[in-house]
Amino acid sequence: MNRDLRFTALKKTPFHSRTSLASRTNKYYNWNGFTVPTEYSTTELEYTAARNGTSVMDLTPMCKYMIYGSDANRFVDYLVTRDLSQMEDNTVAYIIWCNEDGKVMDDGTIFKFSNTKFMLCCAVKIYNWLHDSAEGFDVSCEDATDTTAALAIQGPTSCSTLKNYGADDLELLKPFGMKQYNINGYDVLISRTGFTGDLGYELWTDPANAENMWDSIMEAGKELKIRPFGMHALEMTRIEAGFIQTNTDFMAAEDSLRPVRMRSPYEIGMGWLVHLNKESYFVGKRALKKEKETGNSERCLVGLDIDGDKPAVGSVIYNEKKEDIGIVTAAMWSPTMKRNVALASLKRPYGIKIKENIFAEIYHPEELEYKKIWAKCKVVKRQFFSPERRNKVPADLYE
Amino acid sequence: MAKNTHDVIVIGAGHNGLTAASYMAKAGLDVVVLEKNEWIGGAAVSRELYPGWKYSNCSYVCSLLRPEIMRDLELYKYGLQIIPYEGSATMMRNGDYYAHYHDHDMTINSIRRHSHKDAEAYERYSRDVLRQCKIIKPLLKMTPPDLTSFKPKDLFGALEFAKHFAAKDELGGLGEKEIYDTIRFYTMSIRDYLDEYFESDITKAHLAGSAIIGTALGPCSPGSAYVLLHHYMGEVDGSVGAWGYSRGGMGSITKAMTGCLNAHGGEVKPDNEVVNVITKNGRAIGVATKKGDEYYAKKIVSNLDVKRTFLKITEESSLPGEFVERVKNFKIRGSSGKLNIALDGLPEFPCIPEGDPGGGGDMHFTETIEEMEGAYDDWKRGEWSRNPYVDMCIPSKSDPTMAAPGKHYMSVFIQYVPFNLANGGWNEERKQEFGRHIVDCIAEFSPNFKDLINHYEVRTPLELDNEVGLTEGNIFQGELTMDQLMFNRPVPGYAQYRTPLKNMYMCSSSTHPGGGVMGAPGANAAREVLIDMNIPQTGNYY
Repeated sequence: MNRDLRFTALKKTPFHSRTSLASRTNKYYNWNGFTVPTEYSTTELEYTAARNGTSVMDLTPMCKYMIYGSDANRFVDYLVTRDLSQMEDNTVAYIIWCNEDGKVMDDGTIFKFSNTKFMLCCAVKIYNWLHDSAEGFDVSCEDATDTTAALAIQGPTSCSTLKNYGADDLELLKPFGMKQYNINGYDVLISRTGFTGDLGYELWTDPANAENMWDSIMEAGKELKIRPFGMHALEMTRIEAGFIQTNTDFMAAEDSLRPVRMRSPYEIGMGWLVHLNKESYFVGKRALKKEKETGNSERCLVGLDIDGDKPAVGSVIYNEKKEDIGIVTAAMWSPTMKRNVALASLKRPYGIKIKENIFAEIYHPEELEYKKIWAKCKVVKRQFFSPERRNKVPADLYE
Repeated sequence: MAKNTHDVIVIGAGHNGLTAASYMAKAGLDVVVLEKNEWIGGAAVSRELYPGWKYSNCSYVCSLLRPEIMRDLELYKYGLQIIPYEGSATMMRNGDYYAHYHDHDMTINSIRRHSHKDAEAYERYSRDVLRQCKIIKPLLKMTPPDLTSFKPKDLFGALEFAKHFAAKDELGGLGEKEIYDTIRFYTMSIRDYLDEYFESDITKAHLAGSAIIGTALGPCSPGSAYVLLHHYMGEVDGSVGAWGYSRGGMGSITKAMTGCLNAHGGEVKPDNEVVNVITKNGRAIGVATKKGDEYYAKKIVSNLDVKRTFLKITEESSLPGEFVERVKNFKIRGSSGKLNIALDGLPEFPCIPEGDPGGGGDMHFTETIEEMEGAYDDWKRGEWSRNPYVDMCIPSKSDPTMAAPGKHYMSVFIQYVPFNLANGGWNEERKQEFGRHIVDCIAEFSPNFKDLINHYEVRTPLELDNEVGLTEGNIFQGELTMDQLMFNRPVPGYAQYRTPLKNMYMCSSSTHPGGGVMGAPGANAAREVLIDMNIPQTGNYY
């Protein structure tokens, strides 16, 4: 039977034969047009793998773009707010980029192979934006989302797992470093990056290598508490790490129907990524400079430590006069810290100058009724959890 | 002879002593903890007795440790991580098995293989047990009221206690029926309790295990149902009744507590056994150590069980006679033993299919409650059980830090083992004989088990008494029966962590709410000390 391939519902990643086999619960969701598991067994155990052993996540649906050309270096520096002019080859940098109004479009990671070759990974599609922005630069941009298979291998034993897989001397790779390997006959790029705030790596390879890579890594991690890890568990680890997620913690500028929902980097705790003293111009520089000078940022994105153990999902935040001062964008009970934590977008001066006497109104579901909880919050560092092993070189090995 | 002065001396660096010490140090007090052993941790220790293998030498799993304590003491910062269990299983001599899982519906499917009716009864059973857990949970953190006192604190306390039984809405509409159920639960035998729900022997045997672990009661003894509740009222992140491993063994808990204590200026002094409490005019003023040093403090808090505290290190003449009599009569009977085994590989248990998460947590091989009662009968005669109930687990299956990859550590808890062994008591030879007997019992279910053994440590109640300091080797520091619980724990009139000696307090598991690595006795005792010193208490626990 010839299937008519013009119609595609959701795409399957090159790991689908393996992820679907590993799934005990058949719970999937749509990530950027791909079918990927939300949960394989139980979220608690998957989460634990990322803090105790090795967790494996199919990252393929992430947007991935290759940027080539003699102006590639100059182009990425123009595109993003961070000063990348001194970035070394074979390193990765965390970045955000804005529109000309200085409103954040997305965050992501940029991989530098050389001055003429980069890879950009992010959540929101920007193929069109890249092309439009590239005018006047000698660069070409290529969407590599479908042509690059990617896995996140995260957790305390992840380095040992990958060494067993064939990544020699991986423990020496520094955080935000990357290294090209040839394993089982395929090129595999390994970067010490991730979204869990723990020791971890991301692997990038040809889709033809996907199944072999999955099987070999599962075998390599067999004695190292390896476990596939779904989106729900990732959400838990990224909140603990204080990482933000586009269209969850803030609206991407190009996705915001209501212009007032757009946020500048200063309003989402990303001011540290804006290098106004960068010599060359970058998209949004003028607007950001003005915002910095006038200090008219309206919001801020902060970490909250909340009394009690009921997660403040979707809670409205109030001051002591019961005035609405913001909203929780992500919340959880942290199994590692045994703390009730949240990320919240607050109206300044709350969160910046006023850090005490703020409250979350939590609606806790209890058998078809809601229990209303008025919980005291403390503004704290957004990076709730950052273990020493995360940045250790050489990385921890389990032998 | 050195003289040292502090605000508070805590005797014994077990988890409750360290919890109390940390809370008091956090409140600004100068605290020193004196520990008799060269290592820290009491019964929550991880020791490497065979190179390359870490053992959780005594307690081996974690559920009861209050999350508020972990939060207040920031134990994650000092390395504590709890790893939830994946499941548990009971192996059967006919080659079959019975399993419980992290996922409720998988458990239901599993029970259904043995009895369709039991699978559905399990829903009712878990609801009823959970309801009792909800009633008891707030009581754990409370100082029991003195029912004979007319002090406002006690009157309000009694009301508060009663409220949790009677409040309708808060606890999901508990009515009179549930109060009757509570009283029944606290007094029934686990056999009678389970008979009201289940028909299959294997279901009942699997569930009854929690009712006998650590107690000198049998499954037919009245009061054993409460012991099950005591094991269920813990949680792992909201999953009530769930158990987990402490990454790096149980010693990671006390290590993290020590980290917190040190960060707040407190100190633990190992190898400093307290032999005497120094008193003056009915007040405790200090302690003397075996080394001959004296320590003086405003407050002295003993983490030793009530018998050791008042019959061994305190002069009887400084205590009221009736109190001493009560302490002497306190039931603290050893009933458990343990094997810690270093394995060269993963033992096979053919009853449990490969990859079944049921094999990821505790494993057992007692198929009926009658077998369990038979094991208890042996204990009553002063013998170790010929067909014992074991709670065995292989923490290294989940925890990568206990042994090298591919190597395994197995913890085997054994019920029943007497403190006073008949026909001459314990000696090295009989201890080894006991160890070999347990190895033989396990080998019946695992063909390659014996070949994999590199080393094992045998623990009898005698070792637990001598080394850890648990009188008679009772892991709860006193039997968990109604006559010794809540306002009666450890003895009537002294349930509020204070003692007949002014300035002397108790924080061990001999006090409310009892044993298990819970930390609640320690945190509650610290609160009472702080109240007496007029120091405000802060944190999520209080």
